Amino acid sequence: MTAFLTIIIVLFIAVAIWQMVKIFDLAQVATSNDQVATDKDNRINGYLMMGFLIFIYVITILSFWYLGDLPLMSNSASAHGPGVDNLMIISMVIIFIVQTVTQFLLHYFAYKYKGEKGRKALFYADNNTLEAIWTFIPVVVLAGLVIYGLYTWTSIMNVDESDDPIIVELYAQQFNWKARYAGDDNTLGMANVRLIDIDRANILGLDESDPYADDDVITTELHLPVGKPVLFKMRSQDVLHSAYMPHFRAQMNCVPGMITQFGFTPTITTVDMRQNPDIVEKVANINALRADRKDEIEDKGQELLYEFDYLLLCNKICGKSHYNMQMKIIVETQEEYDAWIKEQKIFKNSLTN
Amino acid sequence: MSAHADTHANDDHGHHHKETFVTKYIFSQDHKMIAKQYLITGTIMGVIGVLMSIMFRMQIAWPEQPNVLFEALLGKWAPEGVMDADIYLALVTIHGTIMVFFVLTAGLSGTFSNLLIPLQIGARDMASGFLNMISYWLFFLSSVIMVISLFVEAGPAAAGWTIYPPLSALPMAQGGSGMGMTLWLVSMAIFIASSLLGSLNYIVTVINLRTKGMSMTRLPLTIWTFFVTAIIGVVSFPVLLSAALLLIMDRSFGTSFFLSDIFIQGEVLHYQGGSPVLFEHLFWFLGHPEVYIVLLPALGITSEVIATNSRKPIFGYRAMIMSILAIAFLSTIVWGHHMFISGMNPFLGSVFTFTTLLIAIPSAVKAFNYITTLWKGNLQMNPAMLFSIGLVSTFITGGLTGIILGDSALDINVHDTYFVVAHFHLVMGISALYGMFAGIYHWFPKMFGRMLNKNLGYLHFWVTAICAYGVFFPMHFIGMAGLPRRYYTNSNFPLFDDTANANVVITVFAIIGGIFQLVFLYNFFSSIFFGKKAVQNPWKSNTLEWTAPVEHMHGNWPGEIPHVHRWAYDYSKPGHDVDFVPQDVPLKDGEEELQH
Repeated sequence: MTAFLTIIIVLFIAVAIWQMVKIFDLAQVATSNDQVATDKDNRINGYLMMGFLIFIYVITILSFWYLGDLPLMSNSASAHGPGVDNLMIISMVIIFIVQTVTQFLLHYFAYKYKGEKGRKALFYADNNTLEAIWTFIPVVVLAGLVIYGLYTWTSIMNVDESDDPIIVELYAQQFNWKARYAGDDNTLGMANVRLIDIDRANILGLDESDPYADDDVITTELHLPVGKPVLFKMRSQDVLHSAYMPHFRAQMNCVPGMITQFGFTPTITTVDMRQNPDIVEKVANINALRADRKDEIEDKGQELLYEFDYLLLCNKICGKSHYNMQMKIIVETQEEYDAWIKEQKIFKNSLTN
Repeated sequence: MSAHADTHANDDHGHHHKETFVTKYIFSQDHKMIAKQYLITGTIMGVIGVLMSIMFRMQIAWPEQPNVLFEALLGKWAPEGVMDADIYLALVTIHGTIMVFFVLTAGLSGTFSNLLIPLQIGARDMASGFLNMISYWLFFLSSVIMVISLFVEAGPAAAGWTIYPPLSALPMAQGGSGMGMTLWLVSMAIFIASSLLGSLNYIVTVINLRTKGMSMTRLPLTIWTFFVTAIIGVVSFPVLLSAALLLIMDRSFGTSFFLSDIFIQGEVLHYQGGSPVLFEHLFWFLGHPEVYIVLLPALGITSEVIATNSRKPIFGYRAMIMSILAIAFLSTIVWGHHMFISGMNPFLGSVFTFTTLLIAIPSAVKAFNYITTLWKGNLQMNPAMLFSIGLVSTFITGGLTGIILGDSALDINVHDTYFVVAHFHLVMGISALYGMFAGIYHWFPKMFGRMLNKNLGYLHFWVTAICAYGVFFPMHFIGMAGLPRRYYTNSNFPLFDDTANANVVITVFAIIGGIFQLVFLYNFFSSIFFGKKAVQNPWKSNTLEWTAPVEHMHGNWPGEIPHVHRWAYDYSKPGHDVDFVPQDVPLKDGEEELQH
């Protein structure tokens, strides 16, 4: 019944639009027999071009005004983060300038040179100097960006083993994350999904005969000590996933059948980040929005009050519940971290029977 | 100047066939009819694709709310009108597939390559009319299979339009990876066959069938882009075909090209030794050139429309050709920028960053040349011209953010967020769509012998232009806030609650923009039958198609094929009384052809 009603309504709307369009159409018959633009059309559309230029500028300003502070720009929480943010800001400034100038030229010319009967356009087919100039300028700008970009990329991706990073495995499966710490020996035990034994609670397929595996610790929350380099080894048991940690400017795919890696150094603890004025403002804003949707949120059984936490999200389409595959990340002091890891069960003791 | 004197040797065949309804309208071998078939099939697929996008945008804006539209259209996938998470992913997947391949590849390239190549180079028809017919009917078949796949029991393909395995390979990973994905792969394999037949035909026709005097440096830029597009297609589509075939092997015959070490739903699968990253390489080896397969024809159409309506030669004709060739070459060596964080060697990432940012240079040259073409012109604001100016605008806005995404260090944090969605929709989606609209408004008189209503065209353009920016401009910002794409709902992440309002605004713009496409559809279909009769050369254009009679005839020209004496851009040339000199007008005494 509802479906029937819906179809009727959609039909009515379609008919209404069709009629409006038809009237609009018929109204034109008397005024113009010709479907080629007249001087009047040129004039009106020329003015509309300038109007559209203003629209582009306005939507740019509005987007920056309302959405510009969402990116957490300059609030990265990893050692390499400020380098990435810096490059981002430089790129954005270049884009902003080029966008403003070229859109102006395009729409202004469209307005300025709108057609008039009897005027003749300038026959101007070529100018090698001009073309050389606007080939050369992008070359220089892009060369700068490429060099800066490659420098940043290489310094992020080159993991310096001599820093003695903590080794942590990020293990992805439909639809949750696990973290595996390497234990006191800081060496992960061998693992393969073929060794998974659910009955014995060997959920990540660790090799029980590998002594390195004995002291591994498997958790569902990711704790990291501040200021200490960490090297993630990513693994997936079923489909592609992507370990996305936006606050740390970090992301790497998890690929079944291979181990990928990404390393960074967290620089700000969760507690400190929560006191960052930008984050305080963001959280207050979010909580104000949440208060408006109080009933809906409580119906879903979520906490109404939002408190800031670092997150690990899945960012590669992985199936039905892709939208809810997350893990909390807690950056804390070395002492807090040591105390936490000591409470966790090591692999050898977590096996059943 | 190499003339092709003997190409009109076969002038007089093909005139006197007796045509039945079937050979004229259905299994036609005439390029003009095939172009119309492509256009109408593409338009129908476009309606389906846009409708899907409106549905999933509604889900994003008002997550998990009952919606009458869902209830009416999605049936069992929307119990009590609430969209299911599986069908959300399927809608996203099929929207991408349909828009990229069926609308913007076949609908755009298929329509205008077919219509314009013979007419603009001065040929009676395509090199092989029969292959051309087969090409269309394979496309039709693949469209039908793709539409049928929407109705299978376990749901259509839902692994994203990039169909990365293992998700796309394992029915137990996702409902849509069963029969739905099989049909998707079969449909794409047939589509690729169609595309290859078409491309080969275009290449052969442009090389062999140009009329006397039509040297490569006198070709209109439309033909250059169609020609180069066909070459890119021939180079890269077979690679996707091989990827699809290998994936079919993995799915159905137990091979392990892309799969290894998988534990799913309580059991270990036998696959050993393959790699999903290999699939990503194969996919993007087509996937990135595909962007230019979609975009170059749109740029070619824009070049033609802007020059004609500015009453000026296109600025920097040679530089434009060089840019097209440079873009085509570079497009085949940048695919890795989709894979910076796929787990491939980071050193490769730096190589692909370099080649990717290089491609910005020819793109910038093209944009500046368009702007200079407008300068001191006498702009005729026909709807086609508006869409072409709109294309330059979105091409710049969308293209600029490419320098962020192409930069591996920056890609880490915006990869697979809405920033990417905004970028590619502007630079290839909207731009190519504008190119397609510009082409339809400009060549409608050539196709159907009637004019489209210009005022409806203006209404269509301005609403579409505002909505396109309204949808995709704010989307960059929620992407920079870290919001991942392809999330059924963001309500499990309070972190992203402050993007919710922006998502509603975006959806409202999308709905308005979608509804106003009905204005175009009405204009299009009613003008086919009731539009004002067109004159032979309504836009006062120089290219050869406007020397052919309005009434279509097999063989295009009643008498001899016109010979070409000049390039296509002698607009407002000093020494001529009118502001256009068609290509078939001989040089006057003492007139010099421009050293372009």
